[in-house]
Amino acid sequence: MTNSEPLRTEVLSRKDIDNKIRRISSEIIEKHSDRPVAFVGIHTRGVILAQRVFDRVSRHRTDISQGTLDIALYRDDLDNLGTIPSIRGSDLPFSVEGSHIILFDDVLFTGRTIRAALDELMDYGRPARIELAVLVDRGNREVPICPDYLGHGMNTSKAEHVLVCFDEIDGKEGVYTVIGETR
Amino acid sequence: MITEPNPSPVHSRKDLLDIESLSAEEINHLLETAKPFKELFTRSVKKVPALRGKTVLNLFFEPSTRTRASFEIAAKRLSADVTNLAVSQSSVVKGESVLDTVDTMQSMKVDYLVVRHGAAGIPNQIAKHSPASVINAGDGNHAHPTQALLDAFTIKEAMGDFSGRKILIAGDILHSRVARSVSICANKLGMEVGIFGPPTLIPHGHPDYFHTFNSFEHALEWEPEVIYLLRLQLERQSAHFFPSLREYHQVFGMTRERFELVSRKGIYIMHPGPVNRGVELTDEVLTYDRSLINRQVENGIAARMAVLYWLQPGIPSPTIEEKAET
Repeated sequence: MTNSEPLRTEVLSRKDIDNKIRRISSEIIEKHSDRPVAFVGIHTRGVILAQRVFDRVSRHRTDISQGTLDIALYRDDLDNLGTIPSIRGSDLPFSVEGSHIILFDDVLFTGRTIRAALDELMDYGRPARIELAVLVDRGNREVPICPDYLGHGMNTSKAEHVLVCFDEIDGKEGVYTVIGETR
Repeated sequence: MITEPNPSPVHSRKDLLDIESLSAEEINHLLETAKPFKELFTRSVKKVPALRGKTVLNLFFEPSTRTRASFEIAAKRLSADVTNLAVSQSSVVKGESVLDTVDTMQSMKVDYLVVRHGAAGIPNQIAKHSPASVINAGDGNHAHPTQALLDAFTIKEAMGDFSGRKILIAGDILHSRVARSVSICANKLGMEVGIFGPPTLIPHGHPDYFHTFNSFEHALEWEPEVIYLLRLQLERQSAHFFPSLREYHQVFGMTRERFELVSRKGIYIMHPGPVNRGVELTDEVLTYDRSLINRQVENGIAARMAVLYWLQPGIPSPTIEEKAET
C-alpha cells in the first residue's frame, strides 16, 4: 500500500459475482449435458472460481472431476522476475488423456498464463478438448486466446490493475480496478 | 480445495556451497519446493520447462556416478542442457589449473556449475571467480549440502516433522562431509544429533550439541528415531584407523543382533550410498520396510531440482557479514 491513496473503483459487487458464477454454471451444464468434464482451477483464485462453479454444477451432476494447476514452472518470464515464484504443485487426480477439461482463472489479461497452463496440461496427457472460463476479461491480449465462458468483459489500460477479491482468501468479496496499487 | 495465498517468497541466492550459511527458513523453503517436484515423477512427461535454454555443467574432479547422475536427471527434468566433465577426460591432467578450467567453461556461457573436488573450499573459490551459480556436490571433508537437503526431505516425508526428533549418525565422522552437512542441517531444523563411531574417527572439538556414546548399545539406549549409517570410505583412508573391516562391523556396524532390536523399535535407517555390504550393514537392512535408503536416491533428484530452481545465476551473493545482520 502506498502513501498516496490509490484510486479504486468497484466493477463487480458481491451480488454481481454471484450472478456471473451462476450464469457460467448454467452455460456449462447446458453445453456438457452428456459427457463427464473436469474442472481445473489455476492457482490461486482460479481454484476458488472452479470450486464455486463446481458447488453449483454438482447439484445437478455427479460426474465432474476437479484439479488444480500451478503454472509457475511453465512461465515464460522466470528470467525477468525479481524473485522466483514459490511452487505449490499441480494436482490432477484424473486421467487427462481423452478428457474434456474446463480451465478456470479469475482474470484473463495477456493470455500468457493460459498459454502456460495449456502447455502444462499437455504434459499430463492429450485431452480431447480444453475450454476456458474466466470471471473477468480485461483485454490487452498478447497471444491469441479467448474464453468460452465469460463473467464480465471490459476494456482496461495496462497501467490499471484488476483486483479480484474472494471471501475465502481475501476476507472480502468484489472486483475492482485500481490505479497506483498492486496486491 | 481452498488454497492459501502465496507465502512470502524466500530470496534466491547465487550459489549453494554449504549448509552452514543457509537459514532454517531457507532450508524449509527448499524442502517445500522439492515436494511438488517429486510429484512430477508420476506424470507421463516428467519434465517442466523452468530452466529451458540454461546450461548446467557437471564438473567432477573426483569420481562419482550416483551424485552426478542425480544432478544430471534433476537438470534435465527442468529442461536444462547438461554437459558432464570428468577429470580424467579433461585438460586438468594436462596441467591446467582449476580456475583456468572454470574460465574456459565460462567462455562457453554456462549458467550452473555443479562441482565436486577432493579439496575443501574449491567450490567457494570457483563461486567467487564465476558469474555462474555454483553448487557444491562434495568438497573434501568439508560439505555436501545437497545430500543433507535430500536427507532432510526424506526424514520429513517419513516422520512429518523435525522438532525434537533424534538422529544418530554412525561411522567415520572425521572424514565425512556427509556427516558434517547432515548434522548441521538436522541441528538447524531442530533435531537432536548423536554421533557414534571409532574414537579415532570422531573429530576433536565437535560442537557441544552432539551427543556422544561409547558403544552402539549405549547409543541405542538414547532412543534415536533415525540411524544414519555413514559409508566407510575405503578408497580414501590411507592411515589405519581401526584394526579390520570384520572388527569394524562387529563393533560399529549394523549387525544382525543390533538390527533385530532396531527393527523391533521401528527405527528408520538411512545411508548415503553406495553401501559396503557386511561392513556398515547386513543384507537384511536393505529389505527392511523402514530402510529409507532407496527413497534417499529418489528424493535426491527432487531436492536437487529444488536447488537448481532456487539459485539464480548472476545475482550478487550475500556475504557472511550481510547474512549476520539479517
